[in-house]
Amino acid sequence: MSGDPIYTEMIIEYSRNPSNYGKLENPQITRHDSNPLCGDSIDLYLNINDNKISDVKFDGKGCAICMACSSVLTEMIKGKDLSDVKKFQKDELLSELGLEHLIKTSPVRIKCALLSLKALKYGIYSYFAEKMNDLDSAGNLKEEASNLY
Amino acid sequence: MQITSETFEDLRKDFPVLNRRVRDDKKLVYLDNAATTQKPNQVIDAITDYYQNHNSNIHRAVHALAEESTEAFEETRDKVAKFLNVKDSREIVFVRGTTEGINLVSYAWGRDNVKEGDIIVTTEYEHHSNIVPWQLLTQEKKAHLKYIDIDNNGELIMEQLDEYLKTGKVKLVTFSHMSNVLGTISPAKEIISKCRSAGVKVLIDGAQSVPHMKIDLTDLDSDFYVFSGHKMLGPTGVGVLWAKKEILEKMSPFLGGGDMIREVHKYETTWNDLPYKFEAGTPNIADVIGFAKAIEYLEKIGMDNIRNHELELTKYALEQMKKIPGITLYGTKEPEKRGGVISFNFNDVHPHDVGTIIDKEGVAIRSGHHCAQVLMEKLNVAATNRASFYIYNTKEEIDVLISSLQHVAKVFKL
Repeated sequence: MSGDPIYTEMIIEYSRNPSNYGKLENPQITRHDSNPLCGDSIDLYLNINDNKISDVKFDGKGCAICMACSSVLTEMIKGKDLSDVKKFQKDELLSELGLEHLIKTSPVRIKCALLSLKALKYGIYSYFAEKMNDLDSAGNLKEEASNLY
Repeated sequence: MQITSETFEDLRKDFPVLNRRVRDDKKLVYLDNAATTQKPNQVIDAITDYYQNHNSNIHRAVHALAEESTEAFEETRDKVAKFLNVKDSREIVFVRGTTEGINLVSYAWGRDNVKEGDIIVTTEYEHHSNIVPWQLLTQEKKAHLKYIDIDNNGELIMEQLDEYLKTGKVKLVTFSHMSNVLGTISPAKEIISKCRSAGVKVLIDGAQSVPHMKIDLTDLDSDFYVFSGHKMLGPTGVGVLWAKKEILEKMSPFLGGGDMIREVHKYETTWNDLPYKFEAGTPNIADVIGFAKAIEYLEKIGMDNIRNHELELTKYALEQMKKIPGITLYGTKEPEKRGGVISFNFNDVHPHDVGTIIDKEGVAIRSGHHCAQVLMEKLNVAATNRASFYIYNTKEEIDVLISSLQHVAKVFKL
């Protein structure tokens, strides 16, 4: 089945060997999220240092799309400035894996693709809003997360 | 009627949707019948006819349409009673579906009869609809919810029921007659007889059993039985709660409103007779009338013939699937002890990926936790794939399922 619009070599490869898979020791941010209907379930772990994402890992159970997107997301944000990460949009993630079409073609599977991004946005929001009491830095990430899909 | 596999194949012409082509012009292979079944023309036409020629509210006005509608609605109640060998059709309460039926019992019966420290027993293979209402009730009442676990074969460990009953605290045992994930058929008679000796009430979730096998409620003798019409060729939004008259009479109402009252005064109300006491508001008239046609359709084929047909399909599917390397099958290995439901995993491929890839071949199965997360936890999986059969499915369709799994293997380079 060459030319499959979802199950590309890259997605299969990432699902077999996810990047940044595992736990961080004493992470500053831990965020769990799941898709109630399909059973994707992940934990995202982040450390922030010097206004950068100094380290990030994820673990959990999910489908190939969820695993691939979580892998690519962690690769894309690792070492990046927090200000850039906060601005990170779903199109950037989806286009990296050629999955932009899911927004239109599969309202079910888009949730698998964006679960980790939702966890990221909520995670950073909670860190600033609840842990640091810094609502300015938390911004509107919570709304962004809840409007992702 | 002489029943052969050709007879069943012939039924397909009554189901227009089965001729659909999906995705890349692939023939639809519909194997998600445990979620909902397709509807024959007889049901669809009855609903259209109702709206085109009879539509009216029921039980009140005296005009011609109201009388016709009331009669058709009440005839369905009689038909349901006869179908399940219930002697008094006033014991048949129409609800939206199994979920509403269970919630009705947990609210209207549970609130009056379950007290602090009491126990409600359910099983590990229940649908969320037979877990969550009891969690709500036991939490509110400071009562306890206990589970009968399943063994490695996917069958209930009956000794646990004995232990619970010995405490003298059990008020209700509630279980699905057939598991919607494993297909296991529960030993209903054995459970009921144990509960009878202990003076404990029994509720059976028949959502997966009534569509697939002969159910005789007089013979079974539980206290409550609930099921849904849409899993047995009927429209969505129609379900049935059956309960013994003595119990229904003593029960408080569930929803308050029109039709369920005898007299309403400013500060007090008296209740209507059974079953109307539990049917507040305008019911789903058109779909109830459509449901009658579904029952007629099933009766014409015969429930024992349906059971045998599905048993044949299940045996065949299990045999074929066992040959595929990397398949994990859940539930009992004995086809006689299960319904036409097969849950499986394929290597370590997530069920959602399996579902998406075989969907491209036109094969519709269910991937996910099947509203049975307690069971998923027990099986130690996030999700499973589930193929479920009904009267119109064929061995050829099972062959398509099998070959579509080869595509999954190819995509994932297994």
